[in-house]
Formats: sequence, structure tokens, C-alpha cells
Amino acid sequence: MNRFYVVLAVLAVVLGVAVFALLKTGGGAPAAAAGPPPAVVDDGFRGYTLGSSDARVEITEYSDFECPFCANFATVQMPTIRDQLIQTGKVQWRYRDYPLPVHKYSRFAAHAAQCAGEQGKFWDMHDQLFYHHQWAQTGKDPNSLFQQFAHDAGLDVNKYNACMESGRYAARIEFSRQEGENKLVDGTPTFFINGKKFDGPRATSDVFKQIADSIIAHSPPKPHVSAGHEHEEKDHFVH
Amino acid sequence: MTALRQRQTIAVLALVGFFVALYLWLHALGVGGPLKCGTGACETVQTSPWAVFLGFPVAFYGVVGYGALFVVAIVAMRPAALGRRGWSSMLFAMASLGLLFTLYLTYAELFLIHAICRWCVTSATIITVIWVLTFLALRTDRAASPPRQDPQA
Repeated sequence: MNRFYVVLAVLAVVLGVAVFALLKTGGGAPAAAAGPPPAVVDDGFRGYTLGSSDARVEITEYSDFECPFCANFATVQMPTIRDQLIQTGKVQWRYRDYPLPVHKYSRFAAHAAQCAGEQGKFWDMHDQLFYHHQWAQTGKDPNSLFQQFAHDAGLDVNKYNACMESGRYAARIEFSRQEGENKLVDGTPTFFINGKKFDGPRATSDVFKQIADSIIAHSPPKPHVSAGHEHEEKDHFVH
Repeated sequence: MTALRQRQTIAVLALVGFFVALYLWLHALGVGGPLKCGTGACETVQTSPWAVFLGFPVAFYGVVGYGALFVVAIVAMRPAALGRRGWSSMLFAMASLGLLFTLYLTYAELFLIHAICRWCVTSATIITVIWVLTFLALRTDRAASPPRQDPQA
């Protein structure tokens, strides 16, 4: 009996050390942009949008650049959504950051996209990050790869690097995450259609098209507030 | 296999399961780097909507469940508890709950997420073996217990 408890204790120590070793390996964060900020500040930013602000349907996506489901959605469903719903004026799409704590470089990637947004290239960087998603599978420091993405997206890389080193959008990303948390976002991607959480089993372009068509068929057109805001462009800063 | 040996085996397996679940839970809390999995499938499973159940990472339930199984198995190893059928029933009930939860998660992996996490397979194997052991222990106890006497006889 006593021998069994000794074996059990040794096993517990070995397993504990193994778990510690598994968690320990991984390396440090690449920059100030990689971690949560010391303070959260609401700078009035409410996400980059695609499509007309006159659209009767607004879909807000809470997403994580390192999340494989989000990458799948961005590369498989999003092209059809852009063609059939956004470019036709039916839907305005809003992207909100929801970096999951399980992902080491989510905040860093979100910051890279924000720095690209500063140069009017948020959606280009969004596509770079999702279409070349192998970076999320390796666990390696993606800093140099993201610089390449920035270059390929047409950014001024020096300005991009300065932005990343400053970590100036870390608070904005955390604000977005907390906003999602308050809305009971429990995974990524999570969608809100005209403010209501989408609870369907599969978020596909077909499902969103059906919902958007149904909303449009049952609602009057939005009144025009001012002519100057009829068509929001991509990378629009929303207050 | 004697009742003592069965409960010792359950305790060892529950301990291993506890540490597997602990690793996944700590990872879900953001401790450490990427999951060591060999492929990206673990990350796919761990970041899916099915990785959270009632507001907690599913691995948290594994930590609690395996921890409870371990404690009960250890307590049930006492000489006074070895002959008691109640301990076998309790272990069987706990293992059945764990197995049902595992079946739900395995279904989600195979048919909803379309990805398999090696750590989840490890845990599923452990809880299945534990369930078989508790089931066998329950049957052994039932066969060993004296037949119920008619109170009017």
C-alpha cells in the first residue's frame, strides 16, 4: 500500500514537471504590441467597416487573427459576402478585435492590422493575415513575417514598424475585447446582426444572405441623414 | 483484478487525466505558448465555440472531474471501504458522467469542428478505461453481495 503511494507521488511530480515544461516552451512576446495594455482607453473607435452606412443590415464580426475558424471564414465565406452583400449595398460589415487569451500572437496581429489601418490599409492587412495563416500554426515569432505582409499590402514599412514599436493601439484592441466580453462573445468568430447575436449553427454566406434578405424585405429603407455620409469607404474610422 | 488493484488503477489514470486537463486548462487561460500537439488540430479544437461549456473552458471540467475521481478512488482504497458497494457505485456514476461529457466533445470534434485534438483523444481514452474498470467493479460487487432476503421470510 505504502509503495503504491510513493509511486503515485513520483508520478504526480513527473507529470507536474512535464506540464510545466510544456507550458514554459514558447519564447517571449515580440513587442509592446503583443500584450494587453496597462490601461484601457475608449478612443471612440468602433471598428473598420466595409460597405455603405446606408445598408439596412449591419453585421459586426468579433474576430481573432490567430483563430483558424476566423481564417476559414475570412477566406471561404467572406469573398462571397463581399460580392453578394457588401458591394450590393445590402450589408455593412464591421470588424472588431476579440483576441483570445489562448493565442500568443493574436494581439500582435490585431495591432499589425490597426497599424495598417493607420495608413488606410486595414482590410489589405486583414487579408494578408488570414490568407497566409500558416504563421498561426507554427508558434514562431511572426514579427518579420508581418513586416513582409505590411510590405505586400503596400504599407510604408518604416511607419508600420514605428507604429508597432509604440504599441499605440493596444488599448484600443483591449477595449474592443472588453466590449465583446460585455456582449457575451464566447468564441471567435462571433457575429451580431443589427445588434442581435447570431446563434446559428454555421455562419456561411448563404445563411447571412437569407437573413439579410429577410431583414431588408421586412424593414423600410434607412432615412438619409446627410449626403456626405451616404457611402462609407473601406477602412472607415467610425465614431 | 482485485477491488484494490482496480481502484489503484483508477487513481493512477485519474491522476494522468488530471494533468492532461490541467495543461489544456492553463493553456486556455493564456499560460504558456502554443499547444504542443504536432499538428494545428488541437488549436482548432481549443479555439472552437465548443471549447467553452457554460462559460468555462471544457478542460476546467476535466480538471475538476479527474480531481474528484482521483480523491474518491484514493478514499475508496481504505480497507474499510473496499467491501462497500457504495464506493463502486459512486465511482461508476462519476465515470459515467465523464464519459457522457467526453462523448459529447468527441461528437463535436468529429462532426462539428472536423478536427481531432490529440490531448482530447488521450483524455477520452483515459475516461473510457476508467469507466470500464468502474463498470467491472460494480458487476463484481453485485455478484459478491449476498442475495436480498425477503423480510417476511
